[in-house]
Amino acid sequence: MKFTKLAISNPVDLIYGNAPHPITTRHGMVIGGGTVYPELNFTLPDIDIRKESMPAIARHYKQIVTDALERAAELDVPAVMLEFETLPPMTEFPDLGMEVVDILLHGIEHARDKYGLRATLRCTPNDNREFVRPPVMRGGRYLDAMLELFDRSAAAGTEFLSIESVGGKEVHDDALVNGDLRAVMFALCVLGVRDMRFLWEHIVAIASKHGAYAAGDTACGFGNTAMVLAERKMIPRLFASVVRAITAVRSLVAYECGAVGPGKDCGYENPILKAITGCPMSMEGKTAACAHLSPMGNLAAATADLWSNESVQNIKLLGGMAPTCYMEQLVYDCRLMNCASGEGKESALTLRNWLVKSDAGHDPQALIISPESSVRIAESIVRSKSHYHAGIAAARTAITILREATEGGCLPSDPRETSWLQRMEDELDEMPDTEDEFIDEMLEEVDRTKFNPDEYFFGQPHA
Amino acid sequence: MNTLEDLKTAVINGKRKEVKAIMPDLLDSGFEPSAVLEQALIPAMSVVGERFKRNEIFVPEMLVAARAMKEAMAQLEPRLVAAGIKPQYTAVIGTVEGDLHDIGKNLVATMWKGTGFEVIDLGVNVSADAFLAAIDQHKPHLVGLSALLTTTMPAMKDTVAAIRNAGHTDLKILVGGAPITDSYAAEIGADGYSRDAASAVDAARKALAA
Repeated sequence: MKFTKLAISNPVDLIYGNAPHPITTRHGMVIGGGTVYPELNFTLPDIDIRKESMPAIARHYKQIVTDALERAAELDVPAVMLEFETLPPMTEFPDLGMEVVDILLHGIEHARDKYGLRATLRCTPNDNREFVRPPVMRGGRYLDAMLELFDRSAAAGTEFLSIESVGGKEVHDDALVNGDLRAVMFALCVLGVRDMRFLWEHIVAIASKHGAYAAGDTACGFGNTAMVLAERKMIPRLFASVVRAITAVRSLVAYECGAVGPGKDCGYENPILKAITGCPMSMEGKTAACAHLSPMGNLAAATADLWSNESVQNIKLLGGMAPTCYMEQLVYDCRLMNCASGEGKESALTLRNWLVKSDAGHDPQALIISPESSVRIAESIVRSKSHYHAGIAAARTAITILREATEGGCLPSDPRETSWLQRMEDELDEMPDTEDEFIDEMLEEVDRTKFNPDEYFFGQPHA
Repeated sequence: MNTLEDLKTAVINGKRKEVKAIMPDLLDSGFEPSAVLEQALIPAMSVVGERFKRNEIFVPEMLVAARAMKEAMAQLEPRLVAAGIKPQYTAVIGTVEGDLHDIGKNLVATMWKGTGFEVIDLGVNVSADAFLAAIDQHKPHLVGLSALLTTTMPAMKDTVAAIRNAGHTDLKILVGGAPITDSYAAEIGADGYSRDAASAVDAARKALAA
């Protein structure tokens, strides 16, 4: 493990707007330096994405960037991040993605000239490697196209590079619906970790070549899938909460490889990563209900350095086009946090504690990323000797926190849910001492039609 | 001697080993294969489905029961084939072209299997042509289409149109996925919409009965 001690060891210091290692953009926006800024994300309404429809698609993105940044300027926002999370064909065919990148960068420049707005761009290509089943992770046209888009986007002026990588997801999806903690551990801490190392070496190299920042990854396809399944009462919330804690081990690898933040908005594991790395983090919560529901709408803001809406379609609402409306909402959320910070640490903490308290008692998934829980989980991770052991340690700490809360009356106690705590603990007790033993066991258990070990244990004895 | 009720209970409780032991006993005792299916296995999964719908159990518990039923089916299927008994309905299911999301689609397939349908799962990123080929090959009564992205909704619409244009005007088509609504289903010419896996069996039966 690269990180052996915490950057933030006191939960009091794990707070919005402040990170031990802030980042300064080319135009002087300081992320994690005391101010929380909006990060706007947007997507298209239902439209076929191909070369022929690009004129219509271009009109959407021009409208989004022009109108949203104009509103940001009207509301006196000093700086803002836009995130272009591509849609799959835009990564598969980088020319399509670059057309949008150029539109957004032009819009950002225009807003800078016209309003003095310090806006910047994060580009998040799709990880399309799972279009092949079982996924081909270490080569092929999907990987090549993704790296090409990263490279061309950074060369054109994008400052931040991120991804929602999918390594291990082909095993994790089944693990979730089967409530199988061992398979979750295998997907995140064995397969995911190996793939992250491979992928992030490339991303960090591209960022450094162009003077951009390798920002961070997210376990969106893992932890957020669990969260959505739990929201729909398909899997236990306690199980999803433990999965969330384990996802931090996987996402951490990006920072071990040289990512510097801000972490991706949909990584609800980011408070744990902020405690470990000290890097600034983007978060999303109540203002991302346009994209998906969550049980930690307020609490997620408690540690945010950028505050995001996750994604909204460019459709007309009564107030205006949806991205413009969401820019406004984000701005007001940020104003409140910045106003509290402006009155000093005590005020900032009062607001932070309200954000935490208003959600933590309602749902274990909120509680597990509270500043206190995050620091405890982070500590268990950095004390571990490998990612495999870190996964087990994070899960055990999460279970302890959840048990304390359910038994102490801090969380609702539903026997249908709480029985899972013991079930998960029993599974952890059965985990072998070494990762090699675990891999041997899991290679016997996992459905080989869905997963190709060669893609993860490249040149290693487990292939 | 074991009874159909014993088998039903074992499936409901997801006791695979028990199911494995009960099945030969039942089949050797003269129970008709169709009775085993219709009076034990399908009712068992119906109970499980209802419990899931009422939020009494989670998906992992439902899947344990589904695996127990699969265990029974492995022993039952040769007898059903020998007796010339075919599933009442055949369904083809898949996630439309450009979309990789399959958790919901997989759960719907499990629910349909549990109710006795034969289900051909085409996987994810399935083109309209692949759906048409599967329809020609398997002659299904029902086709299920899934999409999770707003930007793959057009692919769902195109697939429905391709199926209809190929002359399958009576074939029942059910759609689902996060951005899909009842009205969108009607707009693109589907026969029904299911908001989640729990209601997919009812939606399928309603469409097939229409």
